[in-house]
Amino acid sequence: MAGLLGRLTATIKAKLSRLLDTFEDPRETLDYSYKRQLELQADVKKGIASVITARKRLELQKSKLEAGIQRLNEQAREAVAAGRDDLASIALQRKMDMMAQVDSLTAQIEDLKRQEDKLADTARKLDAKIELFRAEKETIKAQYTAAEAKVKITEATTGIGEEMADVGYAVQRARDKTEEMQARSEALDTMVEQGTIEDVLGNKDLVEKELTKIKNEAAVKRELETLKQEVGR
Amino acid sequence: MIIRIMNENQYIVPSLYYDDINRLDNEIVKLIAKGDREGFKEKYGELIALVRKNGVPMDVKTLKESDLIIPPADLTFEEAQKIFTGEGLIPG
Repeated sequence: MAGLLGRLTATIKAKLSRLLDTFEDPRETLDYSYKRQLELQADVKKGIASVITARKRLELQKSKLEAGIQRLNEQAREAVAAGRDDLASIALQRKMDMMAQVDSLTAQIEDLKRQEDKLADTARKLDAKIELFRAEKETIKAQYTAAEAKVKITEATTGIGEEMADVGYAVQRARDKTEEMQARSEALDTMVEQGTIEDVLGNKDLVEKELTKIKNEAAVKRELETLKQEVGR
Repeated sequence: MIIRIMNENQYIVPSLYYDDINRLDNEIVKLIAKGDREGFKEKYGELIALVRKNGVPMDVKTLKESDLIIPPADLTFEEAQKIFTGEGLIPG
C-alpha cells in the first residue's frame, strides 16, 4: 500500500525483521521479547512519572502567578490611595499580562492530563499483554519441535514486536511533550522571578497585539476607576 | 484485514473497505504535501472513523500481526509530516 500507511507499516516491519534476524533460535527470540517488554513496562512507568512531574510544576507556576495577580491588585489599590494613578496603571497592566499567562498554563495543564491518561491506558494494556506472553512463551517453547510451531512463533513475536513499537511510540510522544512543557515552565520561572512577564503576546500578529493592547488599556482604566471609587477619591 | 490504530487497539476490518482506505490514504498524502492542515485533519478523522465504525475490536490479549498499522487518532500535522522524512514515526 502506497503513501502514509504503507510507509509506516514498512518502517515497523523493517525494524522487526532486523530484530528477528539477530536471533537464530526462536526460543531466544521469545525470551528476548519478554525481556524487552519488561524494559518497556519500566519505561512506561517512568514516562507517567515524568508527565506528572511536569504537570505539578506547571500547577506550581500557576499558583505563583495567581499570587502575583493578587499582589498586583493590592499594589494598584495602594497606589490609587496614594494618588499615584500612573503606578496603579502599570500594576494593572502587568496583571492583565499575568492573567493571559494563567490561561495558557491552564490549557497546558489540561493537555498534560490527557497525556497522562493515555499513558496510563497504555500501561494497563501492556500489563495484560506481558502477563499473557509470559505464559504463552513457555508453551510455545515447549512446542517448538513441532513443525507448525515456527509459524506460530513468528506470528506471536511479530505481534509482540508491533505491540512494543506501539507502546514505545506512546512513551516517546509523552516524553517529547514533557520536555517541551518543562522548557516552557523554566522560561516562566525566570519571568515570574523577575517580576515581569514581557511579550506574552509574542506569538500573535501585530493587529491582534494592538487590539489586545487597546482592550487591556480599557480594562485597566475601568479597574482604575472602580478602585478610585472604592478608595473614595 | 487486521488494522492497528496505534495507542488504541487492533481491529478486524472486512477487506471490502480496502479501496476506501487506499483512497483516503492517497488523499491524506496529497493534503500533507500541499500543507493543508485543515484538510488533513478532516481526512485523517474520516480514516480513523472508518476503521472504528466498520472494524471489530480485537481481544487485547490476542497476539497477531497487523496487515496495516496507522498512527494514533490525534496525530498532529507535524507528526504526519515526519513520516515522510527521516526514519519515520518510530525512532530507533
